[in-house]
Amino acid sequence: MKILVVDDEEDVKSLFEQKFRREIRAGQFEFSFAFSGEEALEFMQKHPSEVVMILSDINMPGMSGIELLKKIRADHPSAPPQVMMITAYGDAANHDQAMQLGADDFLTKPVNFNELKEKLLLL
Amino acid sequence: MHFIVAFFLVQYAHSVMQHTDHASKWDNFFKYARIIVFSLVATYYIAASPDWFGWIWNLGLLGLVRFFNQNDDFKSIRSTAQSVLPFVGISMVSDFFEQVFPKFYNSYDQFFQIALSFAFIFCFVIWFYARKQQKVLTQEREERLREEQIAKETKLSLEYLVAERTQELTQQKEELQKTIEELKATQNQLIQSEKMASLGELTAGIAHEIQNPLNFVNNFSEVSVELCQELEEEIDKTNIDDNDKEYIKGIIGDLSQNQQKITHHGKRADSIVKGMLQHSRASSGEKEPVDVNALADEYMRLAYHGLRAKDKEFNAALVTDFDGTIGTVNVLPQDLGRVFLNLFTNAFYAVAEKKRKLTEAGQLGDYKPEVKISTKKFDNKLYIRVSDNGTGMPEHVKAKIFQPFFTTKPTGQGTGLGLSMSYDIITNGHGGVLEVDTEEGEKTEFRITIPIA
Repeated sequence: MKILVVDDEEDVKSLFEQKFRREIRAGQFEFSFAFSGEEALEFMQKHPSEVVMILSDINMPGMSGIELLKKIRADHPSAPPQVMMITAYGDAANHDQAMQLGADDFLTKPVNFNELKEKLLLL
Repeated sequence: MHFIVAFFLVQYAHSVMQHTDHASKWDNFFKYARIIVFSLVATYYIAASPDWFGWIWNLGLLGLVRFFNQNDDFKSIRSTAQSVLPFVGISMVSDFFEQVFPKFYNSYDQFFQIALSFAFIFCFVIWFYARKQQKVLTQEREERLREEQIAKETKLSLEYLVAERTQELTQQKEELQKTIEELKATQNQLIQSEKMASLGELTAGIAHEIQNPLNFVNNFSEVSVELCQELEEEIDKTNIDDNDKEYIKGIIGDLSQNQQKITHHGKRADSIVKGMLQHSRASSGEKEPVDVNALADEYMRLAYHGLRAKDKEFNAALVTDFDGTIGTVNVLPQDLGRVFLNLFTNAFYAVAEKKRKLTEAGQLGDYKPEVKISTKKFDNKLYIRVSDNGTGMPEHVKAKIFQPFFTTKPTGQGTGLGLSMSYDIITNGHGGVLEVDTEEGEKTEFRITIPIA
């Protein structure tokens, strides 16, 4: 399963790689990383229909996670990837907006990796 | 003639003296003088008008003038009294000539008579003039007295006015002073709440900034612990010498432990950050009708059992004094609950500390820890008091308790955010007042006042 993680913090990459080391080794998950919304869109254009799952931060400089979500839902209606939003602001307004714009799930930071793992394995 | 002069002189002197301060002193003197004058005139006629009697009159008059001259009380009539002297002088000279040179006298009899008459008239002219002057003087004196009286009255009324004005001014001054004090208090309160508000914002800002890096610290340390476990498992698969394996495993164990410590302290920091974030969200949410008594009771028990769970020895009397007429009040239930939890946790901590200190000093005596909650609804306001008979606070601590991050608890036991958040919830969230009253070593009382719309 190919998963694209979008976050402006570069250390997210090594964190995910380490957290999901076993799963990656076992070939269950394949992670790609983008450090901005723009980069994420670029990646999706280069690898169309490959990405099954997108994990995106909401608060990013430049294109925000919400804008990214809108673009994805607009540009890829045929092969829609699952989109999971992650944010430090777990308030109701943020959550509702994300869900309304077509997010499949909503997580608050700090991410509970065990919960995330379970959710990913269910897909 | 002599009688008339003497009589009028006495009469005149008496009438003048009556207007002076010495009137009563000389009343008797004038009475006797008058009696003497009358008895003299009587004697004169009884003795068949002897010629030598003129001498007695003259000497008497001279004596009287001399007496007036010598006594200071008669200063005012001296000059007038002296007007009799020419009369007395001429009378004496004429008498002298009449008896010593009767011939000469007889031939100039008319001259003497005329001179005496002039002297006599002169006396009365002087007296008449003096009387007139005296009348003017008396009038003037009376006028002056009247003026003085008026002046006195004016002065009195002025003094009364001044006193009245002074009182008014004093009252105004006191009112102004009171207003200034009130203004100062309000200003202090404003400064305090401004300070709190800006500190609250700052706190929330810091919290947001810290949370992300802190998440990394926690996540990486956690994953490192997992990596260490994995590493240990991998080592077992290799065929390294057992001694070396143990040594490597020891190092891995230490590493793992270090990572766990990082996680532990990271979590601590995380809970502080969580508290700070809660702080910024203190006044969010909707107000709803809440049974405040039940809410207070619930959190009192929650705080009590929370402390009991940590310290089995702990015990305190829970006293409740609820106003049953309160009913439900529109408040932010979660926020107010947090305030209750903070206040009660602090109260229980204070009594527990006092008990511990007294036990250490061996002076426990009959100290009974007690935490009390009372509620009261009055005049569209809700009054809540949380009091304890614990350690109390010194003045410098009391001054800072509502500041974020101020705590007296040992490191790791308190974030210093509880009261600052409570303050924020009560003042900003409910438009109320949170005050504290404390006596070091004796007691602390927190007073919440919330207006009920």
